[in-house]
Amino acid sequence: MSRNGVIGGFGLSMGYTLLYLSLIVIIPLSTILLSAMSMSWSDFIATVLDKRALLSYKVTLLASLAAAAVNLFIGFLTAWVLTRYDFYGKSIINAAVDLPFALPTAVAGITLTALYAENGWVGSILAKYGIKVVFTQTGITLALIFITFPFVVRAVQPALEELEAELEEAAESLGASKFQTLTKVILPLISPSLITGFALAFARGLGEYGSVIFISGNMPFKTEITPLLIITKLEQFNYAAANALALVTLLTAFAVLFLLGMLKKYIRREL
Amino acid sequence: MKLLKSFLVAAMLFALPMTLPAKEITLLNVSYDPTRELYEEFNAAFAKYWKAKTGDDVTIKQSHGGSGKQARAVIDGLEADVVTLALAYDIDALHDNGNLIPIDWQKRFKSNSSPYTSTIVFLVRKGNPKNIKDWNDLVKPGVSVITPNPKTSGGARWNYLAAWAYALEHKQNPQEFVKALFKNVPVLDSGARGSTTTFVERGIGDVLLSWENEAFLAVNRLGKGEFEIVVPSLSILAEPPVTVVDRTVDKKGTRAVATAYLNYLYTPDGQRIAAKNYYRPRDKKAFDAYGKFFVKTKLITVDKVFGGWRKAQKTHFDDGGTFDKIYGK
Repeated sequence: MSRNGVIGGFGLSMGYTLLYLSLIVIIPLSTILLSAMSMSWSDFIATVLDKRALLSYKVTLLASLAAAAVNLFIGFLTAWVLTRYDFYGKSIINAAVDLPFALPTAVAGITLTALYAENGWVGSILAKYGIKVVFTQTGITLALIFITFPFVVRAVQPALEELEAELEEAAESLGASKFQTLTKVILPLISPSLITGFALAFARGLGEYGSVIFISGNMPFKTEITPLLIITKLEQFNYAAANALALVTLLTAFAVLFLLGMLKKYIRREL
Repeated sequence: MKLLKSFLVAAMLFALPMTLPAKEITLLNVSYDPTRELYEEFNAAFAKYWKAKTGDDVTIKQSHGGSGKQARAVIDGLEADVVTLALAYDIDALHDNGNLIPIDWQKRFKSNSSPYTSTIVFLVRKGNPKNIKDWNDLVKPGVSVITPNPKTSGGARWNYLAAWAYALEHKQNPQEFVKALFKNVPVLDSGARGSTTTFVERGIGDVLLSWENEAFLAVNRLGKGEFEIVVPSLSILAEPPVTVVDRTVDKKGTRAVATAYLNYLYTPDGQRIAAKNYYRPRDKKAFDAYGKFFVKTKLITVDKVFGGWRKAQKTHFDDGGTFDKIYGK
């Protein structure tokens, strides 16, 4: 590849990238670090390792992981249907996939709560079988599944589109079963996109606030997510403590994104 | 350098019209959620009054949101000429974080700088099936109570303090009393509107601890005939205060009109508008005219029972306070 691309060469485009990255991402994020560092070390530790904070990490992490895992499966299936089949109303479904991004998160939270509450029409059926969704960990996961749904679909769809049908035909002609074709040919090839989708969904879930607070019930030690704790710190005008908790969330998200990025690189090399 | 120069010229061109004598005044009133209708009506009345008095046109912009969030926006630079928030603690914060107003701000307007007040009442389902009459009915096993989270909601802090005051009055251990009460709370919404939705739309809970004005709204509009208001034997006088933000008015030169705006809340016209929107006016005439909207019960104040908002916040709602002890293990 030549160093001088269509948009003005490496120097200029890298310069702009760094400028925008600094203004929009790096500088705002570093103020979080600075503000958290204004606390003494012992205060910082006491804030981020407080029992209530630890339990909120657990609630947030588990729900985000579960939601990303569910979306890995449903998202792949949806992308598969959208790329492999032509059917009536396909473009409508294709557009509907992105709706969770467009919908204000509070609206999503309220709608899901109304639907899954014990007097809602899905919730009332589940209640008969003793399943409670709203105001439990399940409810939090449900909200995150909804909010992060588009990530996996949109990450996997282009990869599936690029996958040539010949590959599958070749696998079949060489005697592979349908299951083998899926697990030995298709999934390895699209696994980098699956990982990207999973990582984005997970990271988004860590920070989600608007939709979750309506469905979680916000009970201390039980269904309290980390972003809610951050808000309660802000309500006390304790900016440093809020930023300390934000920093923990941020570092977790960064570590996960970084590790999954490495994994993706490794897989690409193996392919 | 050349770039900087042209930028400065452009900036000055834009700034020039603002330095010309303006007959058009704009004020920003930063308020909390349920006052939207109140201030829409009040702003129109004040604009008319100001035009007649001085000949100047005044436009008042409103901003609404959770009280604490609104205070933070002003601290972080939102140019509010006046703030009209849910509790004194949020306005105290304007002094404590950035010194936007003097420490004795609450002495600047009459009646603790609270032109109107409200209180906390119970909203129960039709026929009051759990027979809830007073605060001690809320701690009984099997009664489900809906209130927002005092950590995030100003309204919930009034609920909590009212329950605490009831226990004190009846010589019960207040910490044990609120602990028993919150044992009956199945969900802690982050704000007052969220709790009303949980109770009214989701059908969760036997009783909702609610602002008096929200309760009337629920009874009259949200579900006619489905709910009843129960007045406990004791409640709390909620005093939502107002003040002029010195940092903004000194910079914009709007102190006189901003002060007149807040003073107008105390006039018969302002008091009437407050009463019409279910806020308790200080003025007796306005109170009597809309008396049917206001429940009669013994009202205690935060200043008398809790030694003011600063102290109440620190003792009860800051990290490690009495509210955290309820859930602490």
